[in-house]
Amino acid sequence: MSTLSHLAHTIAQQAEGLSVDDQKSIAGASGAGMAYGLGAIGPGIGIGYLVGQAVQAMARQPESAGQVQTTMFLGIAFTEALALIGFVVFILLKFV
Amino acid sequence: MLAEVKFPGIEEMVVWPSVGGDLGFNKVALLSLLAMAIPVVWFLIAGSKARKAAVPEGAQNLAETSIEFIEKQVIGQAIGADGMRYLPLLLSMFLFIFFGNIFGILPTAHFGANARMANPVLLAVLAWLVFIGVGVKHHGLKYFKEALFPPGVPKALYILVTPIELISTFLVRPFSLAVRLFANSLAGHILLITFSVLTATLWSASPLVAVAPVSFAMLVAFTGFELMVAFLQAYIFALLTAVYIGGALHPAH
Repeated sequence: MSTLSHLAHTIAQQAEGLSVDDQKSIAGASGAGMAYGLGAIGPGIGIGYLVGQAVQAMARQPESAGQVQTTMFLGIAFTEALALIGFVVFILLKFV
Repeated sequence: MLAEVKFPGIEEMVVWPSVGGDLGFNKVALLSLLAMAIPVVWFLIAGSKARKAAVPEGAQNLAETSIEFIEKQVIGQAIGADGMRYLPLLLSMFLFIFFGNIFGILPTAHFGANARMANPVLLAVLAWLVFIGVGVKHHGLKYFKEALFPPGVPKALYILVTPIELISTFLVRPFSLAVRLFANSLAGHILLITFSVLTATLWSASPLVAVAPVSFAMLVAFTGFELMVAFLQAYIFALLTAVYIGGALHPAH
């Protein structure tokens, strides 16, 4: 923790000598990493839980595997959308 | 040593020189045209053979497999038997997206046609117009009433339900369709660039060249992964369009 705060202190010290554009890109880059990292937590848990339950359903009732698989892909598509919006925010913060 | 990694900016990664000004013809337009032309030529060849050959083989076999895939896995699961008339739309959507995505891993092309926002937005708006059109055609203006005021909900709850339904059905659906396809293609493109740049940089960094094979192996692995993503995204786009059309055909469930 002390290393992290030391790093933050160093960055803050360096930031005083930087132009507005540089400071903006530093803030954008760190915010971008944070945005994607936080945005990936929820969908990661969600997809893991969803696929786990789907596998369980398919193992218990192999005859309904086709139906379960389609529904699973639908669920993945909806859950994944959140992570992808996080990725778009990353691109917007980092590059635009 | 690794501080010398020169990662290209976003302009360098996704912007291509175009012939004839900003609205001219560039690589993405060429890839989109190819993604349209390849399925057309393929199905014409398959169709011309179909009259002669009793047993399907080659191009015809592949064409019939893809039609059957859309019939069974997309329409059969999401709409039902009365959805077969949407087969041409869903099949051409699937093939256009699939071939557009495949260019992302094809050497010399190496850029997915759907990694720029224009193609996904156009396809998503098309899907949006089609499912609203299907709803209006089959239920008249009652479609909007049933979509916004679902039956069986207590009257007071409409204050809450109607705005949510309005946003989720008519705004979030096209937005999420477009963003899903676009972000997947762009993410794959950037992933491949990252490992290519890393491999190239490690190649010239003398002590670290020992790690370069690992980075190269990752590049190969992610190329395979992108092949799966290309198929999966085309499938999911067609499946979601079918689900939305199915929801417009049978609004009760």
